[in-house]
Amino acid sequence: MVRFENVGLRYGMGNEILKDISFEIEPHSFQFLTGPSGAGKTTLMRLILLSLKPTRGLISLFNRDAAELSKDQITDLRRRVGVVFQDFRLLDHLTTYENVALPLRVQGRDESAYRAEVVELLRWVGLGDHMHVLPPVLSGGEKQRAAIARALIVRPELLLADEPTGNVDPTLARRLLRLFAELHKSGTAVVIATHDLALMDQFETARRLVLGDGRLHIYE
Amino acid sequence: MIYAQSDERRDFGRFADDASAGMRKDVPLVPAASIAGRALVTVVAIMTFLAALTAGAAMLIAHSADDWRGQVAREMTIQVRPETGRDLDADVTAAVAAARAAPGIADVYAYSKAQSEALLTPWLGTGLDLSELPVPRLIVVKLDPKTSLDVAALRKAVLDKVPNATIDDHRLWLERLAVMAGTVVVIAFVVFALVMLAMVLAVGFATRGAMAGNREIIDVLHLVGAADGYISRQFQRHFFRLGLRGGLIGGGAAILVFLLSSSISALMRATAGGEQIEAMFGSFSLSANGYGVIALIAAAVAVTTGLVSRIIVFRHLRGLT
Repeated sequence: MVRFENVGLRYGMGNEILKDISFEIEPHSFQFLTGPSGAGKTTLMRLILLSLKPTRGLISLFNRDAAELSKDQITDLRRRVGVVFQDFRLLDHLTTYENVALPLRVQGRDESAYRAEVVELLRWVGLGDHMHVLPPVLSGGEKQRAAIARALIVRPELLLADEPTGNVDPTLARRLLRLFAELHKSGTAVVIATHDLALMDQFETARRLVLGDGRLHIYE
Repeated sequence: MIYAQSDERRDFGRFADDASAGMRKDVPLVPAASIAGRALVTVVAIMTFLAALTAGAAMLIAHSADDWRGQVAREMTIQVRPETGRDLDADVTAAVAAARAAPGIADVYAYSKAQSEALLTPWLGTGLDLSELPVPRLIVVKLDPKTSLDVAALRKAVLDKVPNATIDDHRLWLERLAVMAGTVVVIAFVVFALVMLAMVLAVGFATRGAMAGNREIIDVLHLVGAADGYISRQFQRHFFRLGLRGGLIGGGAAILVFLLSSSISALMRATAGGEQIEAMFGSFSLSANGYGVIALIAAAVAVTTGLVSRIIVFRHLRGLT
């Protein structure tokens, strides 16, 4: 599904912040991406999402060599990936409903075809009462759930979540994690970037990708 | 779906029964407030106003030039000069007969001696005895617009019988009018093109500003799977609306100016000065086609504004790596 071979990344003429990164993400797999703050977790997520180009090495997404993809092909592949950003990145002028429906809207789908699905998902993540609320009045946890719902609405084959529990209390964090587990059971490959050890301990069977000093260590 | 059957559904339990949930109609993905809309509408309105004024003025002048040309081209003048040893009245009669015999002539009218002398009154004043002056006699030849006239044959026929006659077919005036009308149209076109170019540049700056102000939104749209064409269409839609608003204001103002000038010109027609101005420059009233052209300019401005923003955004997004 995702394959990195000797990938390196540097910004400008600076030192490499990611060195010789090689790993694969299999379909239906579940893994944590962890490491200290500033280790490059978000950067690695952006490389997977093809929003950054590596300085060297090979990246393939859904068995397609990223270097040979056109912008339109990258867009097509991104539609198969759900992303939860660390800072939510909800659009403040759109309601919760509109934010969650955004990935479907940009695909040009008719709203009547997905309205019920979006409402159902919003209720499922506990935002049924906040559908017409703008993000600035949502709490951190509610924004987090809205961001997660937006990532899930396209039923992604791969879910990338960057610190998805960073802004919620432990109880809600556990619930969110169970939500990701449910998604994994339904066949979605999940990558969760976190430095929350307690969270990872809840899923001891999950693979751990540990970033440190720009290198990746894998613990199966 | 997975979440419909999951136990998590119970955990997140606060379910509202909101049957009215949905997207607001036409809610823009690029927030209107993030674009300097009012300033751009003002600029577009001013540019449309100038472009419409230029086009309208050019149409007025071209129309007047056509009128002059039509009036002058439908007439010729034969001038019979008095000459010693020749009977002027007989020469006039002979010239009139020669002109009438030529094909393509609708009417021939010879000014009498008294009428010819009366033509000199504005310059020489009244109360003078002009009988001793060798006043030439004028013959106005009206041409038949349905039949072509052989000017050379007419000239030969008249000069054979009246060698002291001259024929003026107003060719010089016609050439000057053609050059003037052509020059006015070219100048108007250049001014129009410059105004449109300035507007395109203004829209370009506004679009780049809007893109810079909405970089985060563009980034999110990309990451949730929006294609470059989709994002650029969002900008196009917004800028088209701004352009349409500016175009309607500017075009409407220009139409108002022409309606006002037409009314003022009609009011002044009764005065002597008004008549002269109308004779020289026409009635200052635009035809229905002229107002149609202004409406077209306003529409073209709106379409251009939208297209320019779309192209700029699309090219910028394509250039991103």
